[in-house]
Amino acid sequence: MAAKSEALTTRAATAERVVQRRPWGRHALSYLVLILAATVVLLPIYMTVVNALLPKETIVAYPPKLFPSDPQWGNFPKALDQVPLARYMWNSFIVTAIIVVGQLVTSSLAAYAFAFLRFPGRGLLFLIFLSTLMVPLEVAIIPNFQTVQSFGSSHLEILGFEVGRHILQHILSLDSYQSLAVPFLATAFGTFLLRQHFMTIPKELRDAAAIDGYGHLRFLFFVVLPLSRPVLASLAVFAFLSSWNQYLWPLLVTNDDNMRTVQIGLAALRGREIDSFNVVMAGTLIAAMPMFAMLVLFQGQLVRGLTAGAVKR
Amino acid sequence: MPRLPVVGLLGRGLTQIKNLGFGLLFLWPSIILFSLFVFYPLIKSVYLGFYESDPLGNQGDFVGLDQYRSVLGGSDFRHSLWVTFQFTVYTVVPGIVLGLGLAMLANQKLPGISIFRTIFASTVATSVAVASMMWLTLLNPTTGLVTWLLDQAGQPRLNLLNDPDWALPAVSLTTIWLNLGLATIVFLAGLQSIPERLYESARIDGASRLGTFLHVTLPMLSPTLLFVTVIGMILAFESFGQIHILTRGGPLDATTVIVYSIYLEAFQRFDYGVAAVQAVGLFVLVLGLTGLQLRFLERRVFYQ
Repeated sequence: MAAKSEALTTRAATAERVVQRRPWGRHALSYLVLILAATVVLLPIYMTVVNALLPKETIVAYPPKLFPSDPQWGNFPKALDQVPLARYMWNSFIVTAIIVVGQLVTSSLAAYAFAFLRFPGRGLLFLIFLSTLMVPLEVAIIPNFQTVQSFGSSHLEILGFEVGRHILQHILSLDSYQSLAVPFLATAFGTFLLRQHFMTIPKELRDAAAIDGYGHLRFLFFVVLPLSRPVLASLAVFAFLSSWNQYLWPLLVTNDDNMRTVQIGLAALRGREIDSFNVVMAGTLIAAMPMFAMLVLFQGQLVRGLTAGAVKR
Repeated sequence: MPRLPVVGLLGRGLTQIKNLGFGLLFLWPSIILFSLFVFYPLIKSVYLGFYESDPLGNQGDFVGLDQYRSVLGGSDFRHSLWVTFQFTVYTVVPGIVLGLGLAMLANQKLPGISIFRTIFASTVATSVAVASMMWLTLLNPTTGLVTWLLDQAGQPRLNLLNDPDWALPAVSLTTIWLNLGLATIVFLAGLQSIPERLYESARIDGASRLGTFLHVTLPMLSPTLLFVTVIGMILAFESFGQIHILTRGGPLDATTVIVYSIYLEAFQRFDYGVAAVQAVGLFVLVLGLTGLQLRFLERRVFYQ
């Protein structure tokens, strides 16, 4: 008790000393360093904004312009006009939405089984789920590409019935939303994240719900999921980020310009007939907007999703 | 009517079987997807490595382990392995130093600090394509800002992305910036999980700022440090987009990392056999790393 109060007095004294000695100088220095660091981090983004606003003549100027003296806002509509950016973004949006919803559904179901049901082989199955994290996409990419290709171009015999091409290609085929999304609908990370949370829900709640006649599905949808909103949000934001940013897989499975995602469409601007580079930069900024909006709106969820597993809480 | 509690061994067995049924009912979507898109392709990749490919990309003769031997022992693979190794060092080490630095800046208790936290985290919101397009402009050999800065520093003017010695560092610079937000976020979370009382006792003991950093912050942060290292290495091993946009693996294969080499073999030269061997090689290389990553997750399973 005495030690505690002593510590408190010491702390108060230290704080007082700091305040007395450096009334505001310490903070000013901190802010100076913070602003300097922020400037360096933001420089590439700032230069993109400047370049996107420069007129065609000054974009090739040297030394590079650090401030747009005559901002050309028209470059943004020009970018949308010369490149089907809206279409690319729509494609990315659809694919991302399918993946986010799909991951929430598959991982909620799987996490429920791992958290609430006791059955033989559960531990082993959970380890098998986790082991999928050890197979990078790049390792599986050739057979996955072949799978998508073969669904779109062959027929399959199931129990003596021939399933025609026209049916299979609705499941998967090159240049389709399905082929962009389906391989990513299940997630071991999401299952793990949700299971961790589900295990904090008291088992008594399940017993009480069972007495009220709730089956497993009803219990999951009306009790467990409403109690898990924050962690579901973290998973959703994380899934949004990772599927919106995909590059290699969309590059392989889309050839049709109409089916390109925004990342691939953006990269293809390099070789495209575009008015000039300022329009490309304007397009880059437009393409970056949805993610920046996500960051500003859902930073908390994003941080929770990204740091899962990194620190013990 | 309320259900009666089932008693006895037989009853428990029945419940377990019933639960297994429910379990599979809940798990089948994930099981099917993982089987089709993770386990089957992994096995298929190993299998494809046993076969040569004809020039049209069709499966050719069975050559068994010979192809593994010739590809994994060949100079091309060794070159891409070396490039990947350099790329990993160039990106992970500066990424850790800068990420930790930014996180420590952002961990101060100051009014308005959340604005700086958002700014420092902002590169997680830039996709690899957006970041690469931005850096393509900065690295432009005639008008780019980096070129201008090098000029100011009195360096001879180089086309960085087109120079075999400088292309990899230039791509690494882009990657460091791209991954900086993630490292900062993870380090910040790690810093915030360090109990305040440890700093208080350090202060009472009269420890210097450097001493506090070395004896309190770093040891407490070691799990986070390891995690960021592992994640950074995995990200480096799996990098593709920035290389595809900035250099296409060139010049003179100076930026052909393993993943880019797999892409070239499989989807430009249609040699699935060789590409599959490289993919299996990549799998073995990152196996240890992803295993470590899994340990972080597992720790949360068992020690909660």
